[in-house]
Amino acid sequence: MSALFILLGASLSIAIGFLVAFIWSVKSGQYDDEYTPSVRMLFDDTKPIINNVQSKLTEKNTGKKSN
Amino acid sequence: MELKEHTPVETKHVCFHCGEDCPDSSIREEENYFCCEGCHLVYNLLNRNGLCTYYSLNESPGTNQRLKVRPDKFTFLDDEKVKQRLLLFTDGKQSKVSFYLPQIHCSSCIWLLEYLHKLNPGIISSRVDFPRKTIDVLYSENSMSLRKVAELLTSIGYEPHISLNDLNEKEVRKVDRKRLIRLGVAGFCFGNIMMLSLPEYFSGGAIADLTMKHLFSWLNLGLSLPVFFYSATEFYQSAWQGLKQRFLNIDAPIVLAIFITFFRSVYEITSGTGTGYLDSMAGIVFLMLTGRVFQDYTYQTLSFERDFKSYFPISVCQKQEGKEIYVPVSEIKPGDRILIRSNELIPVDGILFHGKAAIDYSFVTGESAPVDKGIGEILYAGGKQRGGEIELEVIKDVSQSYLTQLWNNSVFKDRKKEDPSFIHKLARYFTVLLLGLAIGAAIYWSIQDPHKIWPSVTAILIVACPCALLLSATFTNGHIMRMLGRNGFYLKNASAIETLAGADMVVFDKTGTISQNGSSQITYEGKELGLTEKQLIRSLARQSNHFLSRLLVSYLPDSKALKVEHYKETIGRGAEGYIRSTKIKIGSAAFLDIEKDSDANLSRVYVAIDRQIQGCFLFKNTYRPGMKKLIKDLLKTHKLALLSGDNDSEKPYLSQIFGSDSQLYFDQSPQEKLQYISDRQKEGRRVVMVGDGLNDSGALMQSNAGIALSEDTNNFSPACDCILTAGHLNKLPIFLAYAKCGKRIIIASFIISVLYNIIGLGFAIQGNLSPLIAALLMPISSVSILLFTSGFSRLCARYMGLKLG
Repeated sequence: MSALFILLGASLSIAIGFLVAFIWSVKSGQYDDEYTPSVRMLFDDTKPIINNVQSKLTEKNTGKKSN
Repeated sequence: MELKEHTPVETKHVCFHCGEDCPDSSIREEENYFCCEGCHLVYNLLNRNGLCTYYSLNESPGTNQRLKVRPDKFTFLDDEKVKQRLLLFTDGKQSKVSFYLPQIHCSSCIWLLEYLHKLNPGIISSRVDFPRKTIDVLYSENSMSLRKVAELLTSIGYEPHISLNDLNEKEVRKVDRKRLIRLGVAGFCFGNIMMLSLPEYFSGGAIADLTMKHLFSWLNLGLSLPVFFYSATEFYQSAWQGLKQRFLNIDAPIVLAIFITFFRSVYEITSGTGTGYLDSMAGIVFLMLTGRVFQDYTYQTLSFERDFKSYFPISVCQKQEGKEIYVPVSEIKPGDRILIRSNELIPVDGILFHGKAAIDYSFVTGESAPVDKGIGEILYAGGKQRGGEIELEVIKDVSQSYLTQLWNNSVFKDRKKEDPSFIHKLARYFTVLLLGLAIGAAIYWSIQDPHKIWPSVTAILIVACPCALLLSATFTNGHIMRMLGRNGFYLKNASAIETLAGADMVVFDKTGTISQNGSSQITYEGKELGLTEKQLIRSLARQSNHFLSRLLVSYLPDSKALKVEHYKETIGRGAEGYIRSTKIKIGSAAFLDIEKDSDANLSRVYVAIDRQIQGCFLFKNTYRPGMKKLIKDLLKTHKLALLSGDNDSEKPYLSQIFGSDSQLYFDQSPQEKLQYISDRQKEGRRVVMVGDGLNDSGALMQSNAGIALSEDTNNFSPACDCILTAGHLNKLPIFLAYAKCGKRIIIASFIISVLYNIIGLGFAIQGNLSPLIAALLMPISSVSILLFTSGFSRLCARYMGLKLG
């Protein structure tokens, strides 16, 4: 029977993991627009990832300053 | 229809950019034809930048570019004050702005708009929200400016819509995230509590291992805390609000049931006397939240709360000491001189000081023919200048103008007091009955066996929770809203269903509602025209942007466009020019120096060839197809009335359709319309108003249910309870009947839920409601009610001939 304790703990922690993932996905706005991403992923061309460009830009700016 | 009969079959090219018919094949690029220079320009721009995938994703994805945007239209975006309020974020180097682009309609749009950085390296990134038709642009302030972003979007055919409203509220309508999280938490807890309760169910309530039993119970209690303290808070708030207004709404008995279930369970678990009913409680909360999320489904692209601010420009060009500067509309004072350019909206009442005005009040009155005004005449806010540049002297503040005054009416200030839904009334009887039953049981057991008072009373309150009633209402309403939405009828919220069902009077607006804007019946009177003459007239009319000229071009048979020399257009009056040394003149009576026919019902375009009057084209407003049948059907069930801002020239015809019982009023101002509705309401009628223009806003607001008619849901419609796409107006009687049907479905499912309650109460009154029975009854009753409501709402829709998918 003591195996049940371990199983209970495991199942609950997995479930909590999923709950946290769900809350995160809602908070990060994944449910705000349910249509556009489904179209966006079908576009062929690889777009520069937004964060990359941003970080490059900030690099540039800070680079200029230090110069 | 008249227009289509004349559409020629041969050599018809469709514009590669926007998909509209090309008037001829003069504009082409390789094998692609374009309808106008604007479309051609956009194509070239995209082609140069290697963005032609735009055209391969969808056929002709563009929007028509015939109407050119004035180059300095977005000058006001350079203004720091305006900029600050529009920008979502800025750090001096990068700025983020969100624009509303009503033109967004397909995947090509998303593709192109998200590749903005290829057109201009100053754009760092852009992201489209398709359902809301908005784009978030992040740009670098070094090489771009807010104005340039707006101009870049305009240059590819997506002119941002920036209105006075954008300045006032920066709040973006988002999906209710909190409610989704509450639902997720409730679902998680419900599932796990159920799982932990299973051993209890299968062992028949007697688990041999006591430590196990305690562990399960305590875990359940822990899991129920988030449900009780977080997920269910929505119900507490609503019930409390109801109680504060001395009104027992449906949430009150539900909160009572949740509280009693929770505290009895806490007592049982802490005292070790039982396992409680936490699974039932979590289940109720979870299902009811699901119902609410389902019912409160909103149409994100539609706005039901628009007032004049959504239509008015942010700033206007003011003349100060000979200089032209842009000032926010709200800062315009009486006495100021303002410039209104072609196709701009007049934001304040003013006296025409300079220039020739041809004002299109279609936006306010629904009347499409422009009105000519001379110097010294008053121009009212809301009109659009169709001619050239004019100068006005402002006579009133924005908020005091003729049109905007309507919004000062108390109807707009106090939110509509909604009648409590019949569901709440039902719930009230239910609660009273329930409390009576509980007291009865308590008295009975106090005589028979005082130990059983507590368990039986709490069990009654737990079992008889009206959650099934609430569920049936929320799910039926959700289904009905979706069904109506699929048929082009969009409701603001679920309470609109009930007001529509209860209405006994329908009031129509005329222009734009029962008669169609734009599409006119064209006839010709005068000397017969030969093919050559028609070709001449058509060639001349092609040069003009006036809407009557455009109608004329599509009416006349297709022919090769001839070269027009010495073309001259007098705005708002007519056009003239020479073709192969023949002088052609088309335009109003005054333009051709002939006597004017005073028939307000018709717009006339006279034609003169070589100074000889040939005759005139008559443009007559037409009623929407299926109009007669619609009125006939509605007359069987509702009282009808018509309120028109127009003159009474069509009265004989209309009174014939509407019958003798209906009241027809003409020359109605917006205030009079509002007054009429409120008078009828005082007589005890529940009125549905169907209108389209801003002039109906007051009436739409005052009515019990205001239906705004819209040619296309992308268009702007005034504040209302429902938006109906114009093509589906003839289905209005069905929609009203379907709304009534919804009420019957709710009552029927309520009866079913009462039957379940009786079974449950049978156990509860005897004082032996086991958690197992409670846990079984709850999902069985809920699921069967869900199946019943969704099945019946579909069945009714099919029976009534509504589109299902």
